[in-house]
Amino acid sequence: MEALYLLIPLSVLTVFVALWVFFKMSDSGQFDDMVGPGLRVLQDDDRAGPNPASPAEDKSDKSIQV
Amino acid sequence: VNSAQSYNYRVVKQFTIATVVWGAIGMLIGVIIAAQLAWPALNFDIPWLTYGRLRPLHTNAVIFAFGICGLFATSYYVVQRTCQVRLFSDKLAAFTFWGWQLVLVSAVITLPLGITRGKEYAELEWPISILITVVWVAYAVVFFGTLVKRKVKHIYVANWFFGAYILAVALLHIVNGAGMPATMWKSYSAYSGVQDAMVQWWYGHNAVGFILTAGYLGMVYYFIPKQAERPVYSYRLSIVHFWALIFTYMWAGPHHLHYTALPDWTQSVGMVFSLILLAPSWGGMINGMMTLSGAWHKLRSDPILKFLIVSLSFYGMSTFEGPMMSIKTVNSLSHYTDWGIAHVHSGALGWVGFITMGSIYYLIPRMSGKKEMWSPRLVETHFWVATIGVVLYIASMWIAGVMQGLMWRAVNPDGTLTYTFVEGVKATYPYYVIRFTGGLLYLSGMLLMGYNTYKTMRDGATVDARIPSLLPSHA
Repeated sequence: MEALYLLIPLSVLTVFVALWVFFKMSDSGQFDDMVGPGLRVLQDDDRAGPNPASPAEDKSDKSIQV
Repeated sequence: VNSAQSYNYRVVKQFTIATVVWGAIGMLIGVIIAAQLAWPALNFDIPWLTYGRLRPLHTNAVIFAFGICGLFATSYYVVQRTCQVRLFSDKLAAFTFWGWQLVLVSAVITLPLGITRGKEYAELEWPISILITVVWVAYAVVFFGTLVKRKVKHIYVANWFFGAYILAVALLHIVNGAGMPATMWKSYSAYSGVQDAMVQWWYGHNAVGFILTAGYLGMVYYFIPKQAERPVYSYRLSIVHFWALIFTYMWAGPHHLHYTALPDWTQSVGMVFSLILLAPSWGGMINGMMTLSGAWHKLRSDPILKFLIVSLSFYGMSTFEGPMMSIKTVNSLSHYTDWGIAHVHSGALGWVGFITMGSIYYLIPRMSGKKEMWSPRLVETHFWVATIGVVLYIASMWIAGVMQGLMWRAVNPDGTLTYTFVEGVKATYPYYVIRFTGGLLYLSGMLLMGYNTYKTMRDGATVDARIPSLLPSHA
């Protein structure tokens, strides 16, 4: 099964690259806040059209110009 | 208007429209070949219309045209909105659009002509294969370039999924694509025999894992929270979900080659990793569904949310069914039967199709400066027509598959086979007709979507979406 001499090293290498990326990102603080990012995407008002009514939001600086 | 201060909606809009158009084409070809299986005369003895040539065209059109155009549209949208910057390069982004369309048109021409590498989901001959590589590198540059110049420090989880899908596809495509051209339209794989089969299914299953799973999970983690106006149930779990999938998916491919010339231990490793995959898959599904907790009532009135959430239930079903089918004893019954077709389509129609349709329905009004789709009622109709279509399709193929498996293995007391092969084919006929009906319903839903899209977008309005000044929480 010579194909495995290619596929297994490739897959192992992928895992190590992924591990390296994970620890690098972890050290740089990407995973420190596990609550805020989920909320922040909701603050980005991306609705178009004449009436993007959302009572909870201040649309003054981030609404979409059409 | 300074274009650097607004998002690049142009390329997102182009890919959004392409998704709808290619979806209708790919599903139409699917319905045609489903009809051919029930009524073989429908190939009219024309070589270009035979099942063997149209079937790869169907899979290429739904996966690489409908599916990947949808991923282009959503990944370009999500990476811009969550990083709060314009795409890295407008020209390169435009190149990915036109380059990808050229790949797809080449597929439409070459596959019916019988030009193929003969590798499932990697049929396109070497000149097209090289074009795919070039477009894909441009895609990676645009996507990761945008991530690098982001104005938001945190990389939103959806981008991790999109990024992994882009990198993994590059790796898989290059390894499985290795070959030697003989003529302009004929090449030979660099591997042979069982080696080729192993490389092919390492590619094939990881294409399922990184395109049809990771890519669409990127949609889940952005469009479900946005449409439900609720944050992801557990952001921490979404990160765990991502890394767990990345570390386990690469090893599951051999389950496509149970009871073949592949060494037994390799098959067993593939099976074990397939079973392990159940855990992260269901973790992710529950995470997506629970995003609606406290907002379940929205499912009653919001057809887009129906698409998104029902897609997750199909994701849960397929990711349970898949590991079960990878168990060797189950596989000895299910393999080579229509059960495999049922499994693939519960994933393709239910999971990939619905999450893409829901996300595209989210994008269309935003790309055309409208508040909502031209007809939300038509979206609701689409949802129900498509759902009934999927259920008819997969239920009939499940029954047909188990029946075929049982008939093929049935032996008389004297050791001879109880049924000839053609008796199994004959018994499958009614289920092929039901499957055709299900497919036709699913296609009808897609045509409704096309009409609704045309009505919403026909004024050709372009949207200048300004990039908001940074929110205080980002500073």
